[in-house]
Amino acid sequence: MNIHKIANHLNALADNSETGMVFDCQPISGEVDVLQISVIGREELPIFVSVTDDQVLCITYLWGEDEVVPEKKADMHEAMLEMNIPCPLSSFSKIGDKYVIFGALSISSSFEDIEHELAVLSNNALEVIDDMSDFLL
Amino acid sequence: MSIFKKIMTAIRGGATEVGEAIVDANSTRIFEQEIRDAENHLTRAKRDLTGVMAQQMAASREVDRIKREITEHEGYAVQALEKDDETLALAVAEKISALESELSAQQQALDSFEGNANRLKDLVKKSERQVQEYKRQLSMVKTTESVQKATSAITDNFSSSNSKLLSAKDSLERIKAKQQKFDDQLKAAEVLESENSDNSLEAKLKAAGIGGTENSANSVLERLKAKQK
Repeated sequence: MNIHKIANHLNALADNSETGMVFDCQPISGEVDVLQISVIGREELPIFVSVTDDQVLCITYLWGEDEVVPEKKADMHEAMLEMNIPCPLSSFSKIGDKYVIFGALSISSSFEDIEHELAVLSNNALEVIDDMSDFLL
Repeated sequence: MSIFKKIMTAIRGGATEVGEAIVDANSTRIFEQEIRDAENHLTRAKRDLTGVMAQQMAASREVDRIKREITEHEGYAVQALEKDDETLALAVAEKISALESELSAQQQALDSFEGNANRLKDLVKKSERQVQEYKRQLSMVKTTESVQKATSAITDNFSSSNSKLLSAKDSLERIKAKQQKFDDQLKAAEVLESENSDNSLEAKLKAAGIGGTENSANSVLERLKAKQK
Protein backbone atom coordinates (compact mmCIF):
# COMPACT_ATOMS: atom_id res chain seq x y z
CA MET A 1 0.00 0.00 0.00
CA ASN A 2 1.28 3.48 -0.86
CA ILE A 3 -0.29 6.91 -1.23
CA HIS A 4 -0.33 6.70 -5.02
CA LYS A 5 -2.40 3.53 -5.00
CA ILE A 6 -4.76 5.15 -2.50
CA ALA A 7 -5.01 8.30 -4.65
CA ASN A 8 -5.70 6.29 -7.80
CA HIS A 9 -8.39 4.30 -6.07
CA LEU A 10 -10.14 7.33 -4.56
CA ASN A 11 -9.95 9.36 -7.75
CA ALA A 12 -11.36 6.45 -9.74
CA LEU A 13 -14.29 6.22 -7.36
CA ALA A 14 -15.54 9.70 -8.28
CA ASP A 15 -19.25 9.79 -7.47
CA ASN A 16 -19.51 6.08 -6.82
CA SER A 17 -18.09 5.84 -3.31
CA GLU A 18 -19.85 3.62 -0.80
CA THR A 19 -19.93 6.53 1.60
CA GLY A 20 -21.48 9.07 -0.77
CA MET A 21 -18.46 11.32 -0.29
CA VAL A 22 -16.38 12.54 -3.17
CA PHE A 23 -12.63 12.60 -2.51
CA ASP A 24 -10.12 14.82 -4.21
CA CYS A 25 -6.53 13.66 -3.79
CA GLN A 26 -3.39 15.66 -4.18
CA PRO A 27 0.06 14.36 -3.33
CA ILE A 28 2.37 16.67 -1.40
CA SER A 29 6.04 16.06 -1.98
CA GLY A 30 8.52 16.15 0.84
CA GLU A 31 10.86 13.85 2.72
CA VAL A 32 7.83 11.66 3.34
CA ASP A 33 5.07 11.32 0.75
CA VAL A 34 1.82 12.77 2.00
CA LEU A 35 -1.54 12.65 0.30
CA GLN A 36 -3.86 15.57 0.88
CA ILE A 37 -7.44 14.38 0.57
CA SER A 38 -10.28 16.86 0.39
CA VAL A 39 -13.84 15.72 0.81
CA ILE A 40 -15.95 17.76 -1.59
CA GLY A 41 -17.94 20.30 0.40
CA ARG A 42 -15.52 19.98 3.31
CA GLU A 43 -12.38 21.38 1.72
CA GLU A 44 -11.61 23.39 4.89
CA LEU A 45 -10.80 20.18 6.78
CA PRO A 46 -8.52 18.12 4.56
CA ILE A 47 -7.24 14.70 5.59
CA PHE A 48 -3.52 14.01 5.31
CA VAL A 49 -2.54 10.43 4.64
CA SER A 50 0.95 9.01 4.99
CA VAL A 51 2.13 5.43 4.80
CA THR A 52 4.87 4.02 7.04
CA ASP A 53 6.42 0.54 7.16
CA ASP A 54 3.51 -0.96 9.02
CA GLN A 55 0.63 1.49 9.05
CA VAL A 56 -1.47 3.95 7.11
CA LEU A 57 -1.94 7.18 9.05
CA CYS A 58 -4.87 9.49 8.34
CA ILE A 59 -4.68 12.85 10.11
CA THR A 60 -6.98 15.88 10.18
CA TYR A 61 -5.89 19.12 11.85
CA LEU A 62 -8.57 20.33 14.21
CA TRP A 63 -7.43 23.57 15.84
CA GLY A 64 -4.34 25.33 17.09
CA GLU A 65 -3.36 25.81 20.69
CA ASP A 66 -4.03 29.55 20.18
CA GLU A 67 -7.70 28.83 19.43
CA VAL A 68 -8.33 27.30 22.85
CA VAL A 69 -9.88 29.46 25.57
CA PRO A 70 -6.92 29.49 27.98
CA GLU A 71 -8.88 28.84 31.19
CA LYS A 72 -10.80 25.97 29.56
CA LYS A 73 -7.75 24.09 28.30
CA ALA A 74 -7.66 21.50 31.10
CA ASP A 75 -11.41 20.84 30.73
CA MET A 76 -10.97 20.45 27.01
CA HIS A 77 -8.17 17.92 27.48
CA GLU A 78 -10.34 15.96 29.88
CA ALA A 79 -13.26 16.01 27.45
CA MET A 80 -11.02 14.84 24.60
CA LEU A 81 -9.60 12.01 26.69
CA GLU A 82 -13.07 10.93 27.66
CA MET A 83 -14.25 11.05 24.04
CA ASN A 84 -11.25 9.08 22.77
CA ILE A 85 -12.83 5.64 23.18
CA PRO A 86 -16.44 6.42 22.24
CA CYS A 87 -15.27 8.21 19.08
CA PRO A 88 -15.48 5.52 16.38
CA LEU A 89 -12.18 4.56 14.72
CA SER A 90 -10.51 7.92 15.40
CA SER A 91 -8.36 9.18 18.25
CA PHE A 92 -7.08 12.57 19.31
CA SER A 93 -3.50 13.68 19.38
CA LYS A 94 -1.36 16.76 19.20
CA ILE A 95 1.32 17.55 16.66
CA GLY A 96 3.39 20.57 17.62
CA ASP A 97 0.87 23.23 18.63
CA LYS A 98 -2.00 21.67 16.65
CA TYR A 99 -4.65 19.34 17.97
CA VAL A 100 -5.45 16.58 15.50
CA ILE A 101 -7.83 13.70 15.06
CA PHE A 102 -6.38 10.63 13.40
CA GLY A 103 -6.92 7.04 12.47
CA ALA A 104 -4.21 4.42 12.02
CA LEU A 105 -4.79 1.39 9.82
CA SER A 106 -2.73 -1.72 9.21
CA ILE A 107 -0.61 -1.56 6.07
CA SER A 108 -2.55 -4.60 4.81
CA SER A 109 -5.91 -2.79 4.92
CA SER A 110 -8.14 -2.93 1.86
CA PHE A 111 -9.13 0.12 -0.18
CA GLU A 112 -12.63 -0.25 1.24
CA ASP A 113 -11.23 -0.08 4.78
CA ILE A 114 -9.30 3.09 3.94
CA GLU A 115 -12.29 4.69 2.26
CA HIS A 116 -14.44 3.88 5.28
CA GLU A 117 -11.77 5.26 7.61
CA LEU A 118 -11.59 8.54 5.69
CA ALA A 119 -15.36 8.99 5.72
CA VAL A 120 -15.61 8.28 9.44
CA LEU A 121 -12.65 10.54 10.18
CA SER A 122 -14.19 13.42 8.24
CA ASN A 123 -17.51 13.02 10.05
CA ASN A 124 -15.77 12.75 13.40
CA ALA A 125 -13.72 15.89 12.75
CA LEU A 126 -16.82 17.96 11.99
CA GLU A 127 -18.67 16.61 14.98
CA VAL A 128 -15.76 17.13 17.35
CA ILE A 129 -15.29 20.77 16.35
CA ASP A 130 -19.02 21.30 16.83
CA ASP A 131 -19.06 19.56 20.21
CA MET A 132 -15.87 21.19 21.46
CA SER A 133 -16.67 24.69 20.21
CA ASP A 134 -17.41 25.85 23.77
CA PHE A 135 -13.73 25.41 24.54
CA LEU A 136 -12.64 27.36 21.49
CA LEU A 137 -12.29 31.07 20.84
CA MET B 1 14.93 4.33 29.19
CA SER B 2 12.09 2.85 27.17
CA ILE B 3 11.51 4.03 23.60
CA PHE B 4 8.13 5.37 24.66
CA LYS B 5 9.73 7.52 27.35
CA LYS B 6 12.45 8.66 24.96
CA ILE B 7 9.92 9.81 22.38
CA MET B 8 7.85 11.53 25.04
CA THR B 9 10.87 13.33 26.46
CA ALA B 10 11.99 14.41 23.02
CA ILE B 11 8.56 15.76 22.06
CA ARG B 12 8.08 17.54 25.36
CA GLY B 13 11.58 18.95 25.09
CA GLY B 14 10.55 20.69 21.91
CA ALA B 15 12.24 18.42 19.40
CA THR B 16 9.23 18.98 17.18
CA GLU B 17 11.09 21.74 15.39
CA VAL B 18 11.38 21.00 11.71
CA GLY B 19 14.55 19.15 10.89
CA GLU B 20 15.24 18.02 14.41
CA ALA B 21 14.98 14.28 14.69
CA ILE B 22 13.39 12.58 17.68
CA VAL B 23 15.91 9.79 17.83
CA ASP B 24 18.95 10.46 15.74
CA ALA B 25 19.25 8.54 12.52
CA ASN B 26 22.38 6.79 13.72
CA SER B 27 20.74 5.17 16.72
CA THR B 28 17.80 4.16 14.53
CA ARG B 29 20.26 2.40 12.25
CA ILE B 30 21.90 0.69 15.20
CA PHE B 31 18.50 -0.41 16.39
CA GLU B 32 17.65 -1.81 12.97
CA GLN B 33 20.97 -3.68 12.99
CA GLU B 34 20.10 -5.15 16.39
CA ILE B 35 16.82 -6.39 15.00
CA ARG B 36 18.57 -7.97 12.04
CA ASP B 37 21.07 -9.63 14.42
CA ALA B 38 18.26 -10.98 16.56
CA GLU B 39 16.58 -12.35 13.45
CA ASN B 40 19.82 -14.04 12.40
CA HIS B 41 20.12 -15.62 15.83
CA LEU B 42 16.60 -16.81 15.46
CA THR B 43 17.27 -18.42 12.11
CA ARG B 44 20.35 -20.17 13.52
CA ALA B 45 18.47 -21.35 16.60
CA LYS B 46 15.72 -22.76 14.40
CA ARG B 47 18.25 -24.60 12.26
CA ASP B 48 19.94 -26.02 15.38
CA LEU B 49 16.57 -27.05 16.67
CA THR B 50 15.79 -29.02 13.52
CA GLY B 51 19.12 -30.84 13.85
CA VAL B 52 18.59 -31.71 17.48
CA MET B 53 15.05 -32.86 16.84
CA ALA B 54 16.28 -35.19 14.08
CA GLN B 55 18.86 -36.66 16.48
CA GLN B 56 16.14 -36.99 19.08
CA MET B 57 13.96 -38.98 16.70
CA ALA B 58 16.86 -41.25 15.72
CA ALA B 59 17.70 -41.91 19.39
CA SER B 60 14.09 -42.63 20.17
CA ARG B 61 13.89 -45.16 17.32
CA GLU B 62 17.12 -46.77 18.56
CA VAL B 63 15.73 -47.04 22.11
CA ASP B 64 12.61 -48.75 20.77
CA ARG B 65 14.69 -51.17 18.72
CA ILE B 66 16.88 -52.16 21.69
CA LYS B 67 13.81 -52.62 23.89
CA ARG B 68 12.24 -54.89 21.27
CA GLU B 69 15.46 -56.88 21.01
CA ILE B 70 15.64 -57.30 24.79
CA THR B 71 12.08 -58.64 24.91
CA GLU B 72 12.92 -60.98 22.04
CA HIS B 73 16.02 -62.30 23.78
CA GLU B 74 14.20 -62.70 27.07
CA GLY B 75 11.85 -65.02 25.18
CA TYR B 76 14.84 -66.99 23.83
CA ALA B 77 16.34 -67.30 27.32
CA VAL B 78 13.08 -68.68 28.71
CA GLN B 79 12.90 -71.18 25.84
CA ALA B 80 16.50 -72.27 26.47
CA LEU B 81 15.73 -72.78 30.17
CA GLU B 82 12.64 -74.79 29.27
CA LYS B 83 14.91 -77.06 27.22
CA ASP B 84 17.28 -77.24 30.25
CA ASP B 85 20.08 -75.75 28.14
CA GLU B 86 21.71 -73.69 30.88
CA THR B 87 24.73 -72.75 28.74
CA LEU B 88 22.62 -71.37 25.91
CA ALA B 89 20.43 -69.51 28.43
CA LEU B 90 23.52 -67.94 29.96
CA ALA B 91 24.80 -66.86 26.53
CA VAL B 92 21.42 -65.24 25.82
CA ALA B 93 21.44 -63.62 29.25
CA GLU B 94 24.86 -62.13 28.48
CA LYS B 95 23.50 -60.75 25.22
CA ILE B 96 20.55 -59.25 27.14
CA SER B 97 22.91 -57.66 29.64
CA ALA B 98 24.92 -56.09 26.79
CA LEU B 99 21.69 -54.83 25.22
CA GLU B 100 20.58 -53.35 28.52
CA SER B 101 23.74 -51.32 28.93
CA GLU B 102 23.38 -50.18 25.32
CA LEU B 103 19.78 -49.20 26.13
CA SER B 104 20.84 -47.14 29.12
CA ALA B 105 23.45 -45.28 27.03
CA GLN B 106 20.96 -44.68 24.25
CA GLN B 107 18.30 -43.54 26.73
CA GLN B 108 20.77 -41.09 28.21
CA ALA B 109 21.48 -39.66 24.77
CA LEU B 110 17.75 -39.41 24.09
CA ASP B 111 17.15 -37.55 27.36
CA SER B 112 19.94 -35.13 26.57
CA PHE B 113 18.57 -34.48 23.04
CA GLU B 114 15.15 -33.89 24.52
CA GLY B 115 16.57 -31.41 27.01
CA ASN B 116 18.44 -29.59 24.25
CA ALA B 117 15.40 -29.49 22.00
CA ASN B 118 13.26 -28.02 24.77
CA ARG B 119 15.89 -25.43 25.60
CA LEU B 120 16.15 -24.42 21.95
CA LYS B 121 12.37 -24.25 21.60
CA ASP B 122 12.24 -21.89 24.57
CA LEU B 123 15.05 -19.82 23.09
CA VAL B 124 13.30 -19.58 19.71
CA LYS B 125 10.06 -18.51 21.36
CA LYS B 126 11.85 -15.93 23.49
CA SER B 127 13.81 -14.58 20.53
CA GLU B 128 10.68 -14.34 18.43
CA ARG B 129 8.99 -12.31 21.13
CA GLN B 130 12.08 -10.14 21.48
CA VAL B 131 12.19 -9.44 17.73
CA GLN B 132 8.49 -8.56 17.76
CA GLU B 133 9.07 -6.18 20.64
CA TYR B 134 12.07 -4.55 18.91
CA LYS B 135 10.00 -4.13 15.79
CA ARG B 136 7.17 -2.51 17.75
CA GLN B 137 9.62 -0.05 19.29
CA LEU B 138 11.24 0.70 15.95
CA SER B 139 7.81 1.28 14.48
CA MET B 140 7.15 3.88 17.20
CA VAL B 141 10.35 5.72 16.38
CA LYS B 142 9.77 5.55 12.65
CA THR B 143 6.15 6.64 12.93
CA THR B 144 7.13 9.63 15.05
CA GLU B 145 9.75 10.57 12.48
CA SER B 146 7.37 10.06 9.62
CA VAL B 147 4.70 12.22 11.24
CA GLN B 148 7.28 14.96 11.82
CA LYS B 149 8.43 14.83 8.22
CA ALA B 150 4.85 14.70 6.97
CA THR B 151 4.01 17.69 9.15
CA SER B 152 6.85 19.72 7.75
CA ALA B 153 5.81 18.74 4.19
CA ILE B 154 2.24 19.86 4.96
CA THR B 155 3.41 23.08 6.61
CA ASP B 156 5.71 23.86 3.65
CA ASN B 157 2.86 23.20 1.26
CA PHE B 158 0.54 25.52 3.14
CA SER B 159 3.03 28.37 3.34
CA SER B 160 4.04 28.02 -0.31
CA SER B 161 0.45 27.89 -1.58
CA ASN B 162 -0.30 30.97 0.54
CA SER B 163 -3.52 29.36 1.69
CA LYS B 164 -4.58 30.81 5.00
CA LEU B 165 -5.37 28.31 7.70
CA LEU B 166 -8.85 29.00 8.97
CA SER B 167 -9.76 28.60 12.60
CA ALA B 168 -11.65 25.43 13.44
CA LYS B 169 -14.87 27.33 14.09
CA ASP B 170 -14.65 29.27 10.82
CA SER B 171 -13.99 26.04 8.92
CA LEU B 172 -16.99 24.41 10.53
CA GLU B 173 -19.20 27.42 9.76
CA ARG B 174 -18.16 27.41 6.14
CA ILE B 175 -18.72 23.69 5.77
CA LYS B 176 -22.11 23.98 7.45
CA ALA B 177 -23.02 26.92 5.20
CA LYS B 178 -22.07 24.87 2.16
CA GLN B 179 -24.09 21.95 3.44
CA GLN B 180 -27.03 24.30 4.11
CA LYS B 181 -26.77 25.74 0.61
CA PHE B 182 -26.70 22.26 -0.83
CA ASP B 183 -29.72 21.24 1.26
CA ASP B 184 -31.57 24.40 0.22
CA GLN B 185 -30.84 23.72 -3.41
CA LEU B 186 -32.06 20.18 -2.98
CA LYS B 187 -35.23 21.44 -1.31
CA ALA B 188 -35.76 24.08 -3.99
CA ALA B 189 -35.37 21.45 -6.64
CA GLU B 190 -37.91 19.30 -4.85
CA VAL B 191 -40.41 22.16 -4.59
CA LEU B 192 -39.92 22.96 -8.24
CA GLU B 193 -40.36 19.33 -9.12
CA SER B 194 -43.62 19.07 -7.16
CA GLU B 195 -44.95 22.31 -8.67
CA ASN B 196 -44.24 20.97 -12.08
CA SER B 197 -46.08 17.81 -11.35
CA ASP B 198 -49.01 19.86 -9.91
CA ASN B 199 -49.13 21.86 -13.11
CA SER B 200 -49.15 18.83 -15.27
CA LEU B 201 -51.93 17.30 -13.18
CA GLU B 202 -53.96 20.49 -13.49
CA ALA B 203 -53.49 20.47 -17.23
CA LYS B 204 -54.64 16.88 -17.42
CA LEU B 205 -57.73 17.68 -15.33
CA LYS B 206 -58.53 20.65 -17.48
CA ALA B 207 -58.20 18.62 -20.63
CA ALA B 208 -60.65 16.16 -19.13
CA GLY B 209 -63.07 19.03 -18.34
CA ILE B 210 -62.66 18.56 -14.57
CA GLY B 211 -61.82 21.24 -12.01
CA GLY B 212 -61.51 25.04 -12.34
CA THR B 213 -63.84 26.75 -14.85
CA GLU B 214 -62.21 28.81 -17.48
CA ASN B 215 -62.86 32.54 -17.52
CA SER B 216 -63.32 32.57 -21.23
CA ALA B 217 -65.01 35.40 -23.13
CA ASN B 218 -67.92 33.06 -23.73
CA SER B 219 -68.53 32.47 -20.07
CA VAL B 220 -68.33 36.23 -19.35
CA LEU B 221 -70.88 36.91 -22.07
CA GLU B 222 -73.16 34.22 -20.72
CA ARG B 223 -72.98 35.81 -17.27
CA LEU B 224 -73.83 39.29 -18.61
CA LYS B 225 -76.73 37.90 -20.62
CA ALA B 226 -78.09 36.26 -17.50
CA LYS B 227 -77.97 39.62 -15.62
CA GLN B 228 -79.95 41.39 -18.37
CA LYS B 229 -82.92 39.10 -17.97
